[in-house]
Amino acid sequence: MNIAEHLPILVIVIPLMSAIVIPLVGRINKLFSWYVTVFITLLSFVMSLSLLNTVISAGRISYWLGGWEPPWGIEYAIDYLNAFVLVIVSFIAFIVSLYARRSIEKEIDKSKVTTFYSIYMLFIAGLMGIIVTGDIFNLYVFIEIASLAGYALIAVGKRRDALMASYNYLILGTIAATFILLGIGYLYMVTGTLNMADLREKLPMLYESKVVLTAFAFFTVGLSLKLALFPLHAWLPNAYTYAPSVVSAIMAATATKVGAYAMLRIMFTVFKLEFDLHIVPVTQILIILSLVAIVAGSVIAIAQTNIKRMLAYSSIGQIGYIVLGAALANQTSMTGSLLHILNHGLMKGTLFLVVGVVVYKLGIEDIAGLKGMGKKMPFTMAAFTIAGLSMIGVPLTVGFVSKWYLATGALSAGMWFIIPIILASSLMTAVYFWRIIEGIYFAAPAGIHQPAFAGYGNPEPESQGSKQVDGFLPRDDGPPGLLIPTFILAGLCIFFGIAAFIPVSMAGQAATMLLGGM
Amino acid sequence: MEAVQSSIPLYALVVSLAAVVLIGVSGKKPNLREFWTIAAAVLKFGIVASMLPVILEGKVIECFLINVLPGLDIKFKVDALGIFFALTASFLWIITSFYSIGYVRSLNEHAQTRYFMFFAVALSATMGVAFSANLFTTFVFYEIITFCTFPLVAHKGTPEALKGARRYLVYLLGTSVAFQLFAIFLTYNAAGTLEFANDGILAGQGSDVLLIAIFILFMAGIAKAGMMPFHSWLPAAMVAPTPVSALLHAVAVVKTGVFVVLKVVLNIFGVNLLAQLGLGTVLAFIASFTIIVASIIALRQDNLKARLAYSTVSQLSYVMLGASLLTLSGITGSVMHIGLHAFGKITLFFTAGAIYVATHKTKVSELDGIGKQMPFTMAAFTVGSLSMIGLPPLGGFLSKWYIGIGAIEAGQLPIIAVIAASTMLNAAYFLPIVYAAFFKELPPGEKTERREAPAIMVVPLTVTAIGTLVLFLWPSLFLELARMVVAGVM
Repeated sequence: MNIAEHLPILVIVIPLMSAIVIPLVGRINKLFSWYVTVFITLLSFVMSLSLLNTVISAGRISYWLGGWEPPWGIEYAIDYLNAFVLVIVSFIAFIVSLYARRSIEKEIDKSKVTTFYSIYMLFIAGLMGIIVTGDIFNLYVFIEIASLAGYALIAVGKRRDALMASYNYLILGTIAATFILLGIGYLYMVTGTLNMADLREKLPMLYESKVVLTAFAFFTVGLSLKLALFPLHAWLPNAYTYAPSVVSAIMAATATKVGAYAMLRIMFTVFKLEFDLHIVPVTQILIILSLVAIVAGSVIAIAQTNIKRMLAYSSIGQIGYIVLGAALANQTSMTGSLLHILNHGLMKGTLFLVVGVVVYKLGIEDIAGLKGMGKKMPFTMAAFTIAGLSMIGVPLTVGFVSKWYLATGALSAGMWFIIPIILASSLMTAVYFWRIIEGIYFAAPAGIHQPAFAGYGNPEPESQGSKQVDGFLPRDDGPPGLLIPTFILAGLCIFFGIAAFIPVSMAGQAATMLLGGM
Repeated sequence: MEAVQSSIPLYALVVSLAAVVLIGVSGKKPNLREFWTIAAAVLKFGIVASMLPVILEGKVIECFLINVLPGLDIKFKVDALGIFFALTASFLWIITSFYSIGYVRSLNEHAQTRYFMFFAVALSATMGVAFSANLFTTFVFYEIITFCTFPLVAHKGTPEALKGARRYLVYLLGTSVAFQLFAIFLTYNAAGTLEFANDGILAGQGSDVLLIAIFILFMAGIAKAGMMPFHSWLPAAMVAPTPVSALLHAVAVVKTGVFVVLKVVLNIFGVNLLAQLGLGTVLAFIASFTIIVASIIALRQDNLKARLAYSTVSQLSYVMLGASLLTLSGITGSVMHIGLHAFGKITLFFTAGAIYVATHKTKVSELDGIGKQMPFTMAAFTVGSLSMIGLPPLGGFLSKWYIGIGAIEAGQLPIIAVIAASTMLNAAYFLPIVYAAFFKELPPGEKTERREAPAIMVVPLTVTAIGTLVLFLWPSLFLELARMVVAGVM
């Protein structure tokens, strides 16, 4: 038996099994459960890379579960699109698990640490499953695994609000899952198949059928809820705000992205492009909703005082970008949409990890608390600045790459009016990020008076060295266990902003596949 | 045009980036730290100057750095216009470095290490703009300049300084994202490339309406050029320490603006296309408006630096005015003005800083009789003012002369009237200062004893004042480069 042949299933089974192993080893020593988590997520990442490599060299992988031939058996199908998303998700899962140990020390009860890792792995296994599967009912199963694990991860936060946020998400998430299940049921009713590739073949002759239209409507609404597309975003701000920082990071960077993936999968591979364009005007509806999301997310983010809530609203805007690119449905915009799945994951991941460091060191989440922290936590704040500039879309960062593709994609679609909206949103992003960056470096920390140098030409003698800036706190940055993962993500925000051709080539292939054929 | 492949342009950028690191690590040893600044400045000028012979032979130097996205490269191409700008900026950086040292030490400014670091980054990015081979590279470095000069403008850290710096950022970043980037998207979509070309890349690539829209977006988006109504960041930036105002807001930042405008006019649209669309006239109108109105506002400023800032706004539009004529002499004058205005205006800012360091005076109304206390400084001020007004034998005369000739070539006689009016306005806001300094009595209680700023500040401002004279007497290098620019695009 060749192990490599079974990678499509191993990439799910191994994290799934580790969810059982972790509580067991955790009984011996709590630290072991962390070791296992880090090792398994790293292993998943390596396996994902290997799958990507196979896809690049040999094309689409079709894996038959238990050797049953599709459409009767379950097929796991890996092409450019899901290999790309798989690598992103498994990589971020690995980085976040590296970071988790120090962060949850402060944010989670000691007694729940082992359980946390176990649920974390379930969550990751669920996400990986959604990505890999080629079977639509299997997709639902993994959506439920990831969602249930997600509710638990949010609820693990120390505050009572976390329970409420989780409960809210549970209700809306369940509605979404039910809708998706109904959609699947209707499709099965008329086609008798659950295999995505098979559905793609059988559906076109039924495109006019009311049942299929209903199914599509259920899918669209259900998945929009999952990926928090405006106006179905209501669960997201509280969930991100009250969850532990690690959970906010992993959810913001992966969960909504996988939701977006599922939407692309259903819209463009189960259904065909002509269905989206001509039979139902779903792309038009999504363009409008995503533009509203982009503007509303940015506007509401400006008004926030809690940094996690600000980042959450910013995410709602950024999800708008992903959906916008997909809905414009041309090669350039689709590439931009897929790139943004990576780029936003990197940026938002970095930002939530930075927040985690701030919570670890200072125990605060208000924006005002970051004032003057440039001296106290220079590395953390440098990572924040990099990710913030990237969110603004400064050239040579990943944010610019996404915006470039979305804007030129909008022009290719002949919709130039979208560009002012994208640019206005960039400027609003600049408002809420620059406000913080300026406070970090140019304001005195809360509770400390404006330093004496402030007067123009104040004859305050300058003592040599770094301590001269009186009024600033001494350096006291987060531990390396938190900073290193944060910096890996922040570094990638720049690396993929300069060497953008690497993800672009992948995303371009995936976009061609989505728009053209399997 | 023959292209030489070489990494020398890259070295000109890297040298000051390397200096940033060295300045940062030697923050505790001020003398060593300042040595790195000076060394980088001299080395940078040397590197830029070393490219000059090749450029004068009529070749260009190309340097490909990285392909960021398909169609978007970071790529450098040194041509006559680029080397002209780079030479001016890097030469004046040497002088400003000495002056800065004197200024920040005399005033015991805080965060000096940060100050010198960001100064070096700003100069590195300026070289990036000067040498860029396409609009994308230009935009990248344009934005880097905006961000890395923010800490310099906000240097004092007071609420007032932050307010000024915020306005600076809002105008520069806001316009560049909202308009310039939009224009770049449209340009790329229409032409399929962003590479600068001698006869432009947009001719025949879109409807007239689209091209006019792109042009207007560009002009609105390049706020660094200070054209009205997007000029008010420049007076706001005067909260910065004076050496910053001198080098960045009289040379590097604002000249980056006009440089990019010239690039757009000459290498994106091309002279013929602009003439055909009649956009030269539009630009001439906005530029003339800015020249006159900014001069009138300058008349009423009592703060010396604010007066200089409005004068800069006005003078920058000369570059646009010259280019808008789309004639041989007009463009020659426009290019010359980038360098000639730089020498004159930096002298004036240097004197403003010297006056502040020596006497803590910032207002024009306080300058009565100051010529008796600071004869060298005020002599330099006089030279700088006369150059601004455009009197021979000073550099400022030459560019005005060429722009005037250009206006005649283009048959645009109203432009001559604009230049004449502006000259009178310039005289009206500069000469009273000179008169007050030398011929009015000092306020009661002040002694006429000599109280110049430290020599490390007075020598640089004397050098730049002499520079304006030298450039009038021996303009051949600037003129030669300006002619090469014109020869390339006409």
